[in-house]
Amino acid sequence: MTGRVVLAVVALAIAALPLLAPPYHVLLMLPFMAYGVALLGLNLLFGYTGLVSFGHALFIGIGAYTGAFLTTHTAVRSLEVMLLLSVALGAAAAALVGALCVRYVKIYFGMLTLAFGMLFYTFLLKFYRVTGGDEGMRVLRPSLLGQSLDAMPKTDYLAGPYYYYSLAVLVIAAFAMWRIVHSPFGLCLRTIRDNPTKAESLGISVTRYRWYAFVISAAYAAVGGALLGPPIGNVDPTLAYWTHSGNMVLMTLLGGFASFFGPLLGAFAFIFLQDTVMSVVPYWRLIFGAILAFVVIVAPGGLMGLFTRRRVTAMERA
Amino acid sequence: MSEPRRALLEATDLRKLYGDFCALDGVSLTIAEGEFVSIIGPNGAGKSTLINLLTGALPPTSGRVRFKGREIGGIGAAALARLGMARSFQLVQIFPDLTVIETLQAAVVSRLGRGSRLFASLAGDREVQSAALAVAELFGLASKRHAPSRHLPQGDKKLLDVASAFALRPEIILLDEPTSGVSTADKTSIMEILVGAAKQVGLRAIIQVEHDMDIVFGYSDRIIALHQGQVLADAPPDRIRADTRVVDMVIGRKRTGATGPASHPDPLPNGERKPSNPSNPSPPLGERAG
Repeated sequence: MTGRVVLAVVALAIAALPLLAPPYHVLLMLPFMAYGVALLGLNLLFGYTGLVSFGHALFIGIGAYTGAFLTTHTAVRSLEVMLLLSVALGAAAAALVGALCVRYVKIYFGMLTLAFGMLFYTFLLKFYRVTGGDEGMRVLRPSLLGQSLDAMPKTDYLAGPYYYYSLAVLVIAAFAMWRIVHSPFGLCLRTIRDNPTKAESLGISVTRYRWYAFVISAAYAAVGGALLGPPIGNVDPTLAYWTHSGNMVLMTLLGGFASFFGPLLGAFAFIFLQDTVMSVVPYWRLIFGAILAFVVIVAPGGLMGLFTRRRVTAMERA
Repeated sequence: MSEPRRALLEATDLRKLYGDFCALDGVSLTIAEGEFVSIIGPNGAGKSTLINLLTGALPPTSGRVRFKGREIGGIGAAALARLGMARSFQLVQIFPDLTVIETLQAAVVSRLGRGSRLFASLAGDREVQSAALAVAELFGLASKRHAPSRHLPQGDKKLLDVASAFALRPEIILLDEPTSGVSTADKTSIMEILVGAAKQVGLRAIIQVEHDMDIVFGYSDRIIALHQGQVLADAPPDRIRADTRVVDMVIGRKRTGATGPASHPDPLPNGERKPSNPSNPSPPLGERAG
């Protein structure tokens, strides 16, 4: 019950933010929402299926480049088309990559996903005629729900219609993921995370379910990637670089992979922390490394774990 | 065991080599409808290999295993479970972070083939909910259904492992040391729950691998003794007890089994506390309708 109240308050706060906060902070929310969608997907794999992917930037890259390619090489400007095509391409790529990766677990799975991510990174870097090489590609301003908004000043567009559009996508994605993790399918994934041998003995095909989870999580990452492009205005291969995959894992750990909303909190904390730390010292990676170590050692449940643990102890006392 | 009943599971001339080492050498056995069969043997006799072959986890080097007339060599645990053969494990296998009821729900979801329902509500699936609860009640786990499995005492973990296999409503179940790692006091209660549940869910046969001879002689219709990869004897309990070779090589000369020496006031040879007496003509699982 309290969870629902908190969720409603947070959702209202996010919805009201453009009216209250300065544009700078409003714009910082855009990558939060894009990563939020991607991390909901990543955590289906990480938190619910027990597989840590170090290559999900591959699918972020596919989503982001799909949008860039459509706006620069074709007449398509509709964000809906960009998102749908991203989902299709991300899922198609994941169907192939996943078929090879899900037979392995733990570090082998992680390394294989990393390898495929780097393969795609190299492709983006070298096939510059299609991808623009290391300079990347521009993303022209997409139209939203059939409305071309080219006349608007950029900040107004991003902090206004685009902000609410991203928020709507995040809410829909979260709702769909909530249904997925609370479905019979979600339960099967959790059995696989906990004990694949036992799951198999109960008639649950472990590799098949891992593959489903992989494809779904990639589709989510591709949507996140497609949302990430327009605010930057330009996509480049670093989006698909392995450190970017690492950041996604870090965000998930920071927020807490054991909880549904943990990764969202992680993305939020990561982005605002990065912004603050970068404005103070240039060595933000150093600080982040320390934070990661601290989280893993002191709060393995992430930020969300701190809240829930407090709630559990309060319940036990009562 | 007078009239021949339909064979459920049939193994013919199974051989399994691991490199040069021959773990099983020409093992044949048949499990018929209504039987409770125990497989015994000293360590290294090939029991684990036999289980792995019978459950399709490993393919035999030669020979074949047929379940309901279908070849199952190496088809894998998941496919076999869907065919109707379930198993429990010697080292207890549970889902540590799932609750008792979630574990049973997972088995029911698998049985009903609903695992691919992506957006359906698990909490709203009454069929899954009630079937899982029924199994929990059958195994006396209903009061602990919301406890995470990892917090259960060892005996309950063992029961949950078996209960989740029962929730698949299998035709045949293979229990790999169902009472190992459990206190002597709990052993009988586990077996009683198990046999009672078998009647209720309409199980057609039980195979168990067990070291505790009280359990073996107390519940089996037939005992298969393995020794060095071969079948040493395959007979009802009273004939096994009379077989000096089996007693020497497998059971040992002590009055009862190797596992629970002094703690049994009533050693088995008297045959007094046996729920399924070999002289009793009705099959132990035969009470079920159909």
